[in-house]
Amino acid sequence: MLRFLSQAGKYFLLLKKVFSRPEKPTVYLRQTMFELHNLGFNSVGIISIISFFMGAVIVLQTAYNTENPIYPTYLIGLTCRDMLLLEFSSTVSGLILAGKVGSSIASEIGTMRVTEQIDALEMMGINSASYLILPKVIATLLFNPVLTLLSIVVGTLGGWLAGTTAGVITSEDFIYGIQYAFIPYYVTYAIIKTLIFAFIITSISSFQGYYVEGGSLEVGRASTKAVVFSSILILLFNVILTQTMLS
Amino acid sequence: MIRIKGLEKAFNDKVVLHDINVSFESGKTNLIIGKSGSGKTVLLKSIAGLHEPDKGEVWFGDILFNKLDFNSKKEIRKEMGMLFQGSALFDSLTVEQNVKFPLDMFTLETPEEKIERVNFCLNRVGIVNANRLFPSELSGGMKKRVAIARAIALNPKFLFCDEPNSGLDPVTAIMIDALIREITEEYSMTTIINTHDMNSVIEIGENIVFINDGYICWEGNKDEVLRSDNELLNEFIFANSMAKHLLTPRKK
Repeated sequence: MLRFLSQAGKYFLLLKKVFSRPEKPTVYLRQTMFELHNLGFNSVGIISIISFFMGAVIVLQTAYNTENPIYPTYLIGLTCRDMLLLEFSSTVSGLILAGKVGSSIASEIGTMRVTEQIDALEMMGINSASYLILPKVIATLLFNPVLTLLSIVVGTLGGWLAGTTAGVITSEDFIYGIQYAFIPYYVTYAIIKTLIFAFIITSISSFQGYYVEGGSLEVGRASTKAVVFSSILILLFNVILTQTMLS
Repeated sequence: MIRIKGLEKAFNDKVVLHDINVSFESGKTNLIIGKSGSGKTVLLKSIAGLHEPDKGEVWFGDILFNKLDFNSKKEIRKEMGMLFQGSALFDSLTVEQNVKFPLDMFTLETPEEKIERVNFCLNRVGIVNANRLFPSELSGGMKKRVAIARAIALNPKFLFCDEPNSGLDPVTAIMIDALIREITEEYSMTTIINTHDMNSVIEIGENIVFINDGYICWEGNKDEVLRSDNELLNEFIFANSMAKHLLTPRKK
């Protein structure tokens, strides 16, 4: 318990350092643009692929498990839309990004720590925590909602293609279903969840990397811890947010 | 000038530095020598502010550095340069970007002026036609030289070098030593070098501090180091039988 409190304290102190005034905003802006490409744009491929198949499986599973004449088939489209909006595109994408982006951040910052590159930044009078972490946090906060929206669109497309190809739903029913009883608030809910998950992924992974001590073995461990802790926190906050925002 | 008064540092329960009192003069190459694990790097990093001392004072001129707040320390750090054991060049940046980095962060020079300064620093350390290379494409000696170029980019008053010769062949090591000494004299910097390389001790040791198990055991210069009657120092200096030949003046 004492160790947990100590780590939590260390984490919040790091955040205080991260959100202090940047030395030179133009350099930070350049770094943020780089991270937008590195952490955001480079994740478009994996999110698209996963979302496409997620949407396809949702449609097929829904169709094969609700084979009952009293259920109208457009409900398959509606289920696909709501599952993507409410859970899959934000939470599952968050978990995927925790693996891809989280491990990348922890190993990058961890390697910089063990090779004294962070010490070099500090020696120059640069707030290393802010310089290394803040652009990553801003980049993911800006780009992850885009990834979530992309995931919803691609997932829906995957569902439509799988459903119509397998013959479980007609194109008209699917399109009617995804428009039926649409609640715009669900999009807001998905975006808010994405923002919180993005912050969890970058801050937890950066924390794990920033305080690495030792060598390559410890960097590997930090990377694993980053993914594990980020994933657990994403799942925990998913429950909390669902309860607070949808109840 | 850098003065250390009663500096102590421990990690958990292990005391690494005990009551360190020492001065390092400006315009001279000050060497901290000692065995591996004797506390040299911890001392250097405590002086540079990378470790917070548990006790004691670190004075940079008339400024009590280790008691300053974070922002004031940042200002003093702009006057420091450090050469790390592994060079610590930024992997994702080219040679030119590495040297330009402190200029980007702390100066308002135009891009042309920055490039001019970068080229001057790189030429000063003998690096030519390598601006576009990444650190992974450089040899160990080149990395050290680029790191020196980066360290002097902002004309620092204080230069710290942590084992600048480690992993280098003797010829390159001598060249790095000579470069550090020349730069120290040229810019009248206060330079502190951690080393256990006897060549460095003999070649550039204008002021030498011998540290053993976290205690300062001996202070002197390169002329005195080979003739000291300090047993611990002699054990360190003459651990290698070849070192005994250093007592004989070398022909150049």
